[in-house]
Amino acid sequence: MAGRRRSPGLSRRSLIRAVGGTLVAVPWLAACGSAPDPNTVRIQYQQFGSGTVMRDHLLRVVQQLSSQRPDITIELVPLVAAEADYFTKNELMMSSPNVTPDLVYEDTFILKSDVAAGYLRPIDELVRGWPVWEELTAPSQQAVTYTDGKVYAVPTHTDTRALWYHTGVFEAAGIEQPWQPGSWEDLLAAARQIKERVPDVVPLNIFSGEPQGEKASMQGFEMLLYGTQTTLFDEASQKWVVGGQGFVDALQLIQTVYTEGLAPSLGDALNPNIGDTIYNSWLPEGQLGINLDGSWISQNWGAGAAGEWPEWWPTLQLATMPTQTGAPNPWAPGEVDFVTLAGGWSWAFPALSTKTDLAWEVLQQMMTTENALSMALADNQVTIRADVRAEPDYQGYSPTIDFFTDLGESAIYRPAVAAYPEVSARIQAAMGQVMTGGTPPEEAAAEYDAAVTDLVGPDQVVEASA
Amino acid sequence: MTTTTAPPADVAERRPPRTRTLARGLPMVPAVVLLLVFMAGPVVYSVYLAFTNEALRGEGAAVTSLVGLDNFATALADPAFWNSVLLTLVFTLISAVIGQNLLGMALALLMRQSTKVVRAVTGAVVIAAWILPEVVAGYLWVTFLAEEGSLNTLLTAIGLPAQDWLVSVPIWAVAFANIWRGTAFTMLIYTAALAGISPEIRESAEMDGAGPVRRFTTITLPLLRQSIATNLMLITLQTLSVFGLIWIMTAGGPADASQTLPLYMYEQAFSYGQLGYGTAIALMLLLIGALASLAYLRLLPKEDKQ
Repeated sequence: MAGRRRSPGLSRRSLIRAVGGTLVAVPWLAACGSAPDPNTVRIQYQQFGSGTVMRDHLLRVVQQLSSQRPDITIELVPLVAAEADYFTKNELMMSSPNVTPDLVYEDTFILKSDVAAGYLRPIDELVRGWPVWEELTAPSQQAVTYTDGKVYAVPTHTDTRALWYHTGVFEAAGIEQPWQPGSWEDLLAAARQIKERVPDVVPLNIFSGEPQGEKASMQGFEMLLYGTQTTLFDEASQKWVVGGQGFVDALQLIQTVYTEGLAPSLGDALNPNIGDTIYNSWLPEGQLGINLDGSWISQNWGAGAAGEWPEWWPTLQLATMPTQTGAPNPWAPGEVDFVTLAGGWSWAFPALSTKTDLAWEVLQQMMTTENALSMALADNQVTIRADVRAEPDYQGYSPTIDFFTDLGESAIYRPAVAAYPEVSARIQAAMGQVMTGGTPPEEAAAEYDAAVTDLVGPDQVVEASA
Repeated sequence: MTTTTAPPADVAERRPPRTRTLARGLPMVPAVVLLLVFMAGPVVYSVYLAFTNEALRGEGAAVTSLVGLDNFATALADPAFWNSVLLTLVFTLISAVIGQNLLGMALALLMRQSTKVVRAVTGAVVIAAWILPEVVAGYLWVTFLAEEGSLNTLLTAIGLPAQDWLVSVPIWAVAFANIWRGTAFTMLIYTAALAGISPEIRESAEMDGAGPVRRFTTITLPLLRQSIATNLMLITLQTLSVFGLIWIMTAGGPADASQTLPLYMYEQAFSYGQLGYGTAIALMLLLIGALASLAYLRLLPKEDKQ
């Protein structure tokens, strides 16, 4: 061995060096290779399963733009994910300059939190003097304005919530129609009657538990809580409310419906895809009596939708969600005895994107009256724009639109603060605990209080006034 | 190489030995750099993260600051953390130490006795369960255990009451699914180890009149000791970090009745956006794994430790 070492030594060594050098260089080169194309605008949005409403809308916009701006390439980045996962993926992508989208579709509830995290850039200069901005309602402008007074997104539409009930199930259960419960007791009575007379049917669905994400907090828990004497967030002091009886009562109702068998089985209720089951099979097949849900759900049954169901109206009818006792709602604007929460979506501009100007051009095209109208009709949106509302095609475009648009006037908005999404996750955890019946509502509420206090700090919470 | 002669004089003269050693190390540099960048880098970064309040959303995401041991203190004071630790230990005990280990051993022993055909078929079936992607295995078990799943259909057919297994006994449900999936690994290890026991030992024991039970306890087991320890260590570490299977089957629920540490960590890091805290949990999971490995190493007699 020792004798052989010398002669080939040099050449072998240099060979090894060359190979080694290549190995080091390759990852470096690969890292440099993915420089983003300066004329490509990446638009990121959530795709609900196989739904193509947003894709079709965006493709139409792309087509319109391609004649005016042939130099711009638009890349659609649909994220097919459950609700909570969509926000997490969004945040992860917006936190890296390599993969950040240039325009992102955000639920307004998470917007403030993402602004606080520094993911989004203010767009005051862009919206100032933009005619469309003047068409927006004041609450919707407020929903995209952060505490620093700057605008961070362009809102697209809102939505409201109520009780959808199946007339066929109600007939079989012998419940008088039209139906309008006046209190939680009335709602439970109807559910119990369905359970007794039509045992094969799920009487009532209230989205609940962590797998349902924000749906559980907003369509579920908050639709109950805001019908009690307790609120979630005290607007006057800007503090989170703990120790409220209403919080316990709302959890108690969740526990009652889930342990009495008035709700979907736990296996179904905790399945993140229960929404698909409800819209594509339970409601069309008359397997569900009452569904506490949003204004948009009829988009699942329209012409061309995957689960087309032309008879959805008048098979399904609507009732407002009553307050706990039928007393006037202390939290809603105006004198009403029902609860509805309003949310909404918006287009926002990631701070790390270098192509905000191009994205702004795309957005302007997206938001022309004509495009906004066609999106509203296709997506079953409640509009927030005066120009869209004035269009004859919008008025009465769906049998439910007037009902839900009217609700909007008395709608309650979620706390517009950065901590909301994290508080919301704690609400879902509390719901999950009471659903199984294992934890008393008082205990789950106490755990929520402790978690929220820990989260926002003791100086940011306030005891509910009796 | 062991019989080295003195290095040729001319080489020694040309270069001082130290430089030569350095030059010899040069080919290692690419590998070391790759390891540092892609292995050590993330590890060090995650240790650092565990001591910060790094968050994914909200105000914590804009400014990250060091918070010392806060994350660990929070975890140790959180009943949900201890619930997860307990569930993780229960899951690992049922699934790996008892289920997978014993079943794998039983299969390996039985397959040694069986005919070639039986061996081939059993091996194929068991290993098929192992090579199935975690997500597919999870869905299979959901359809089997769900309220209207195959198990309940079977039970009601013979007059037994049905129940929603994923809701009533979630930790058992995921533990059994993991046994089903992991047994092949243990079986393969034990089959290989059994093949290494020379048949003469067995034959001589047989001639001395030892029955099958006696042969197993005094010959097979002691000879397998090292394989058993290796297997236990590997499957314990694997089982401690099982995520996908449980995520698909129960997502840690209902409430947090099957929320093992990896799921708790995921919830904290990605549902609540607390990356710093989630990483601290990950470090503690690592610690539990390290303790388990040490415990197994202690079990081995000195001469087996290599």
